[in-house]
Order: sequence, then C-alpha cells, then structure tokens
Amino acid sequence: MANKLDIQIRAERQYAVLETAGYLNDALGEKLSKKALELIEKGYTQLVINLDKTALINSIGISILIEIIEALEEREGTLNFCGLSATQERTFRMMAIAKYAGIFPDEKTAIANF
Amino acid sequence: MATTISNDQVLLTIPMRPDMELAAAQLASVIAESMSFSEEQIEEIQVALIESCINAFEHSQSPDRQVIIKYIMRTDGLEFEISDQGVGFSPENRTQRRTSKPDLHPEMRKRGWGLEIIHALMDSVDIMSGENGTTISMVKSKTV
Repeated sequence: MANKLDIQIRAERQYAVLETAGYLNDALGEKLSKKALELIEKGYTQLVINLDKTALINSIGISILIEIIEALEEREGTLNFCGLSATQERTFRMMAIAKYAGIFPDEKTAIANF
Repeated sequence: MATTISNDQVLLTIPMRPDMELAAAQLASVIAESMSFSEEQIEEIQVALIESCINAFEHSQSPDRQVIIKYIMRTDGLEFEISDQGVGFSPENRTQRRTSKPDLHPEMRKRGWGLEIIHALMDSVDIMSGENGTTISMVKSKTV
C-alpha cells in the first residue's frame, strides 16, 4: 500500500489551514507538527487541520496532534479539525481531544467557528 | 507474505518495520469487504489492527522482529490473532513511544492509548502475554 504523505498549507490573514494526505503516523505527524509550529511562531493562533484525505491515523499521530493543541493553548490559540471520519471523530472524543479543540464537518465550518 | 491456511483463515507475517502495519490493515480491509462489513466497521478493524501491530513493534523486543497475524473468517464475524515472540508485557505497566513535554491536561494524555482504542473499536479483545510472547485476539462481530 503506497503511503503518500503530503501537507498542503493555506495561510490567510487571520488563520491557516493545514491539509494532510496519507496515513497520519509518526512520520507525517512530525512533518505536520513542524509546519504547525512554524505557523505558530509566525503569529498564527487560529489553525485548522483538515483530515479529509487522511483515511487512517494511529495513536502516535494523534499524540502529535495533541502536542499541536497544547502549543496553541500556550499562545491562547485555537485548533479546529475537519474532515474526520466517524471512527476518527469517535476516537478523538474518547481521547478528550474534542474538549480542547473543535471538530467540524468541513473546512468552511471550521474556519467560521473561530 | 500472506498464506491461506484453510478455506477460512489467512496468515500474514510482517517484519517490524515502519508502515508494515499498513500491510496488515490493507489485507484486513480486503477480507472484511469480502464479508460485507460496512465501511465504518472496516475502518474500525483497520485502526485496531494497526494499534495491535504498533504495540508489538514497540514493546515486544521480539528477537525475530516479526509479527504474525491470523485472520479467521467466522460465520458470525472476523477474528484476528496478532502474535509476537517477544518478552511479553503487562497492560497495566505499558509505556509508550515518544515522550515529549508533560501532558497539559491529564485527560488528554499523549501516551498509553493503543489498547484503549483497540477495546473501543472491537467487540471482544483478549490479551495473553508471557515470557514467550504476546497474542492479542480480537473479534469484530457481523452485527447490523
């Protein structure tokens, strides 16, 4: 199974969207974390992570997402997720991620809810 | 390499190398689809299998660096046995991979979720662990 990892970034004035493609494991997670921390360093405190093109996430990948949530919290920022499958959303809620980050069906709604 | 060991069982051996858990998950997807599991159930199976493999990769210290996965197609569901020949582990005493800064919120901890995810996504889970290795047996039932 090919696992093409990719991250697309769309940075606007008030927020930035990071869209992942591929299996969110430690490798893609580290790439995502690096990009997110760069955006936070540039002053972005409202981030969306769009997981629509990520069919599978493992617990290491999720632990890296939690680090991004924590990094944003330190700057009083907000992370909204979108594009999650039902299983991903269930897992995120089980891990209490939904208490500290937003979960929305699509990118437009995630952006509108900052 | 996947081997058919009977009409209703497939055996897969994977090396403990990065992303090899995806091979196990993809085979599970093919088998589950053939058994008419729903898309959501197939994803649940894949995630549980991935976590089981990662658990073996990270904790088993298996000398042969291999994980053996048996896929058993039952009339009432799909059963998996994920085995390694490592040192065994205690679910209560597990630690996890990468450590970073301390958790900001204890309820949203960064470590130790693998087995909880497996339990949440499968209908039954049994873990046997000893000095000759660990086997996680788990079943996804074909319920509507």
